[in-house]
Parts: sequence; structure tokens; C-alpha cells
Amino acid sequence: MANIPATEYRGGVHQRQKDLMLDWYATLDQAAHTADPPTVSMMVSGNCVELLEGFGAVPIYPEVNALQLAIRHQSLEPILAAEDMGYAADNCAYVKADIGCYVKGTTPTGGKMPKPTLLLCNFVGCNTYAKWFEHVATLTGAPLYMLDVPFLRGDQPSQADLDYVVRQLHEVVTLLERLTGRAFDYARFQQAVDWSRQTEEIWSQIKHLSQHVPSPFDAYFDAITLMGPLYVHRAKREGLEFFQAALAEFQQKVDLNQGIYDQEKFRLVFEGPPPYPHFRTFRDMFAKWKACAVASTYSTVGGLWEFGFRHDPERPFESVAMHMLVHNVTNRNYLQRYEQIHRYVKEWKADGIIVHFVKSCRLFSAGQGDMRDYFTKQLGIPTLYIESDIEDPRYFSEAQIKNRIDAFFEALEHSKQAGGHVTREVHV
Amino acid sequence: MELERTFDNLSEILQDLSFGSVRRWKEEHPGSKAVAFFPVYAPVEIIHAAGMLPVGLAGAGDKLDIQHADSRFGSFICSIVKTTMEMGMTNHLDAFDGFLFSSICDSARNLCFVFKRNFPQMYVDFLHLPHNSASPASVDFLDAEYRRIIGELERLGGKRINDAALRNSIDLYNLQRKLVRRLYQFRADSPHLLRAWESYLLTRAGNFLPVEEHIATLEGVLSLLKDRPGKRRDSIRVVVEGSFCEQPPLDVIRMLEAAGCDIVEDDFALAQRWFHGDVPSTGDPVRALAESYVRDAVYSSVRHDFAHPRWEGLADKIRNTHAEAVIMLIAKFCEPAYFDYVLFKKKIEEMGLPHLLLEFEEKLFTFDRLRTEVETFVESLVFD
Ligand code: SF4
Ligand code: SF4
Repeated sequence: MANIPATEYRGGVHQRQKDLMLDWYATLDQAAHTADPPTVSMMVSGNCVELLEGFGAVPIYPEVNALQLAIRHQSLEPILAAEDMGYAADNCAYVKADIGCYVKGTTPTGGKMPKPTLLLCNFVGCNTYAKWFEHVATLTGAPLYMLDVPFLRGDQPSQADLDYVVRQLHEVVTLLERLTGRAFDYARFQQAVDWSRQTEEIWSQIKHLSQHVPSPFDAYFDAITLMGPLYVHRAKREGLEFFQAALAEFQQKVDLNQGIYDQEKFRLVFEGPPPYPHFRTFRDMFAKWKACAVASTYSTVGGLWEFGFRHDPERPFESVAMHMLVHNVTNRNYLQRYEQIHRYVKEWKADGIIVHFVKSCRLFSAGQGDMRDYFTKQLGIPTLYIESDIEDPRYFSEAQIKNRIDAFFEALEHSKQAGGHVTREVHV
Repeated sequence: MELERTFDNLSEILQDLSFGSVRRWKEEHPGSKAVAFFPVYAPVEIIHAAGMLPVGLAGAGDKLDIQHADSRFGSFICSIVKTTMEMGMTNHLDAFDGFLFSSICDSARNLCFVFKRNFPQMYVDFLHLPHNSASPASVDFLDAEYRRIIGELERLGGKRINDAALRNSIDLYNLQRKLVRRLYQFRADSPHLLRAWESYLLTRAGNFLPVEEHIATLEGVLSLLKDRPGKRRDSIRVVVEGSFCEQPPLDVIRMLEAAGCDIVEDDFALAQRWFHGDVPSTGDPVRALAESYVRDAVYSSVRHDFAHPRWEGLADKIRNTHAEAVIMLIAKFCEPAYFDYVLFKKKIEEMGLPHLLLEFEEKLFTFDRLRTEVETFVESLVFD
């Protein structure tokens, strides 16, 4: 693939995020050896990392480990180990990779993973989380708390939903006091919530920069790089500083009118997680067309801040609960996802939508055909639907995906030249 | 003869994809509504107390070609999600005024909202059934959630649901569940007198018959069963686990029995015996329903209660019925079942029991491969 342009922007941000993530893994390795600091295993989606700060505890994110494995081409072995235990070919491969690692004692960095002080299953949307955490609990013997977050049925949660989550958060506090032997530091919790508030403000500003034409970064592929610090360090000063630096860097690009390509040709909205095992290859397929993601739903799994939500130090528990209930894409209902994408298309000035169906993840994928129908037939927005997987390298037919992507852009290019929109789905 | 006639009737109703029995009920009750619920469980008492007919959906079996639903729900999605969508898109569900989905899995959840978009004229709701039974907050939450649903049904039906009606409904469904439990007990004691496919028909009938009629049917059958002639067979006693949502084709159940299994327990049409005991019909009925869900529900792959793990529930089933083997009968692409298989398998192995894993789809025309697997399995046990 010789004629592919520089595919991504590699500024200081990328190095800093690497350092931050390595620090995190080093802390986990230390916790594995000395049982200090306490660790809490959580899901990324709608995570409540702020609460952990009240105990000086560090999060473990099994999803981040799983994606690191996949991106480093190390996911197949643990997946196969899990399948040997009886997991099905069609189970979420994130879980299989993680379980496989537990069984084999491996980690993406080669360091050691601590046995979590607490497995805190923040059940936010995905039913697989509940299974995943129960399985890890039976494997490791670590205590499990199932934090049940009512799925968003309407536009907003009810008072009963909010009370339910807040009461459970208090139960988690009591449980962690017992498990860590530490008193909950409310002031530190409040401070963490305030760091989050500030970080979110900056993150939101960053996400709005991609409304600029050309976009200074890719809001799918590059945004994913920034997601690690967002979940691990959001509630800390380091997190805030990291995102301030990132904002400055991207703002400078906007001021200079620099995009990620010499010339940005297409603007896209991405729906669905990426194919981590083939991340680079996949990215190159879009780079070839100088197509830049200006927004993505996947970058809002951990939190959806670009539409205004901020944590609130005056109401720390309530705002943590609201974040878990409403302000992350996983706990929002499917039609709210349609709205979110539609808003991106309009306000971020996109030419089309890429729906990436991943086999592992029914939370994202079940019904994406209906989504395609909505965008193409009802709204007339060019939409490409492709299938592979987030973690399992075996489900990626490179030639077929490439053909579909090429055909999509050819049609898009054609219609752009003709001055109109492609108002039909591109069938290949 | 009378028994056979009952089974034939039920099997006919069950195959009627246009829900003629529901349409008839609506004709007999002018102005009344029917509300369908997607498996596994729904508080039918509330729907009943609203003067509506609660109907449990169970897919379309092998009776419907998927022509439209595949474009909405593509690869790697279980059959029941697709056949339910297909039924909706082909007007098979027109007898219903509303649909209730719940927090069982990601596919079913998204189906709820796809339904909302595609059938905007219908009342479509999502019930969040709690997954944290250990927390006292769960009951308060579910209590509020049920009251929310009550408000919606009152709007739909145009009349209030009062406590007396709700208590009456609770009594009726308690009786229904008691009779179903009795049926299961009878079958576990005398599998030669009541086959699993027969008890399956009877149980599943509770999905679509008005509860009063279902009760009468169950009572009638139970009274006839005692005198049914039959000889004990040389079969192995098995528990069938894993079909809690999408239902296996009736012929698969027959096939298991023909291959030499006495199915002494299963999790088919689980809603019909969702609670261990009765829901109290004294005091606040909404609260009683919520408390029963949190504290007294049977285990199921779509309900999470880590303090009372599902695999221990399965172990109890095995012990109580003196089963000799387990058949894991799982709907293809059913993720909750796939996950639970791993922990169930571990438990079964710890107990020293053999098990067989089978996957099915609603549309399964040839059972040859399945049959061979089951026969080999049974033979290996009989000649062990
Ligand atoms: S199903 Fe999807 S959201 Fe759930 S754990 Fe798997 S990849 Fe994550
Ligand atoms: S069969 Fe399984 S995957 Fe399908 S809707 Fe039911 S619980 Fe969900």
C-alpha cells in the first residue's frame, strides 16, 4: 500500500498518552506485588472513576486490556484458551480475551495484574458486563458488587432511577471502606469530581474542534488514542493537564487550518467500535480516500460530554449517577443513538456514515440494519455498513471490506462532483 | 382421548402465528386491549388487572420465512429476535396494542427500540428488571418501575388499575403457577405418564390463553393424568437447561424423548413458574410483586443474583429430580446462554454428571445430526 498518505497526526499528545498509560500499568503492577494501592475493576462505559479517588484506589479496565491485546496482535491466543474452557465462538471476544489472560496469567504489557480489591460491575447497558464480571469473580475469588444502572427507557431517567443508583453508590462506599480498611475521603471525592468537570469541559472543546473544516484530528481513530487517559486519569490533575495540552495542540492546528491530510476530502461519522486487531489496515482504507472521521459514537462509551453534561462537585453522588444513567452511549437507548449520529452529521458537517458492525458486541450491533435503513431511506444520508470484529482477528475479510469502502467513496465522490448527496445506500 | 385432544388443540393454537385466540378474546371483550411481552418474564398480573390480555411472545418457530427482518437484524443474532421482527413487519402482530420488553440481553433490548421506530402506533415499553438483588434499593426501584408501567397501561386502557383488581390477579396467577409446578412435579415423579413435549404444550399455553382458561385446562389435565395408563421406560433422567427464552422446536423435545431421555426438569416457558412460592396478595400488591421478583424468582440466565448463583440453582434442580445427566439446549447466538454454559458446565462436572451441549434454531428442519448426538450420548450412559 505504497500510495497511502500519512494516515495520522502524531503530535506530542500521542507520546504523552503513552506515558500516562504506562504509568497506569506500572501502578497496577505495583499493586499486584504490594497490594497497594487498592484496585477496582470496572467497565469503561459510564465508569465512576471519581468514586475510587475517595479511596485512593486505581481502576482496572478489562476492556482497555483487551483492546491493547488486540491492537498488539496478541488477542487470538487468549481467545482460543477461553474457547477451550467452553466459551462459544459467538461470545463477545473481549470477554474471552480477558478470561484467557486470567487463565494464562498474561497482560498486554507483560507486567502483573493485581487481584482486584473489588470487582465493581457498573452494569451500564451491556448485559455481557454482568456475565463477564461474574465469571471473573468465580475465577479469581475477588468480591463482586453488581451496580445495576437502569437502562434509559425514555429521554431522561426518573427520580427513582437516580435514587436507585445513588443508593447503590453509597453501598459501594461502605463496601470499599470495609475492603480497603480506609475511610472514604469525601473531600477528595469531591475534588475528583471537580477535576472531571474541568477535564470534560476541555474534552468537549476538543470534540467540537472537529467541526472545523478541515478537522484537526480524526474523531474516531485519534479519539480512541485519547480515550485511555479519559477513563483512567479524568478525575485527576494529570488528566486535566493532559487534555489542556491536547486542546492547545489541536487548536493550533485549527488556527493554521491544518487537517490530518494535505487536503481533507470526506468527512465521516463512525458508528460502532473499531476492528482493533486490524486497526492500522482499517485506518489506511479511509486514509487512502483522505476521509476523516469528524465524530464517532464509540468515543462516547465512557461518557458523552459534547452535548453539555459535566460532573458537578456540588452534587457529587448525583452527578456520578447521572453520568452512569444518561451521559454515555451504552446506557442510552437505541433511538437516542440514531439522534446522536444525526446530530453529528448535521453539526459536524459530515458527508456520510460508516456503520461498523462488530460480531462480538450485540449492544452496538443488534439492529444496525435498522439504523442503516433509517439513515439511508428516511434521511437520505449515504451510509456504509461493514462487518468484522473488535477483538477476534479471524473475522476480517480485508479484500471485501476494502472493496466496499472503495465503492462507497467512489459513489460519494461522484455525487459530490455532481453537487448532490448520494441519497441511496451504496450496495456493493 | 380427552388428553390427546387437549394436546392437539394446544399445539394448533401454538402454531397460529396470527394469534387467532387473541383476536377472538378481543372480539369477546370489545374495547379491551392485548399486550404482548417478549420473554422471559413480565408482571402479567399488572396487565391482567388493567383488563388486558397479557400474551407471551415466543418467536415464529419454523412457520415464517424471514424476508424483511434480516435487513434489520443481520448476522449473529438469535432467531427469536428476527422472527419477532418479521412477524411485526408482516402484520402478524396486529392483534396487539402494546409490547413490553425487558432487560434480558442486548439483542432483545435493541429490538424494543427498533420496534418503537417501526411501529410508532403501538405502545412499546422497556421494563428494567433489576440485576442487583443484594441491594435493598432494588425492591424500591422495581416498585417504582412497576408503578411507571401501571401509569402507561392506564393511559393505554383509559382506566385506573386498583389494588383490589391487582390482588385478584395475583391470586389467579399464583394458582396458575402452582398448577404448573404441580405438573412439573408430576412429570418428575412419573415421566412415563406425562411426556415433556406434552407438559411443554400445557405450560406454554399459559403464554396465550387467558389465565382463567389456562387454569381450567391445567386442572382438567391434572385430574386426568392420575389414571393415565403407562409403563415405566428404561430411560435416563435428564435436566434440560438453556432454552429460557427462544423455544426449541417441539420436534426437538420429542426427539430427545424418543432417543431415550426422560426430561424431568427444564427451563422452557419459564415465566409460567417464575416464583418459588406465591406472591403475597395481602398488603400493597405492587410492592409484593416487586419483592417477589427480587427475593423469590427462580434462577435464570437473564437474571443476575450473585449471592444465589444460577449454577447452584441448576445443582438444586439436578438433586431434587435425581437427574443422571444434563442436556444444555441452547438457542444459536443466545449470548446469555453461551456465557452461562461455561459456569453450568463447571458445576455439572463437579457434580460428576455427564452433559451434552446442543444448539438449535427455530427453523430446524432436519434433526439428523442432533438425533445422532443425542443417541450416542444416551447409549454411552446406558452401557456405561
Ligand atoms: S458486548 Fe460490546 S459493550 Fe459488551 S463487553 Fe462486549 S464489546 Fe463491550
Ligand atoms: S434467545 Fe437469548 S439472545 Fe435471543 S433474545 Fe432471548 S435471551 Fe436474548
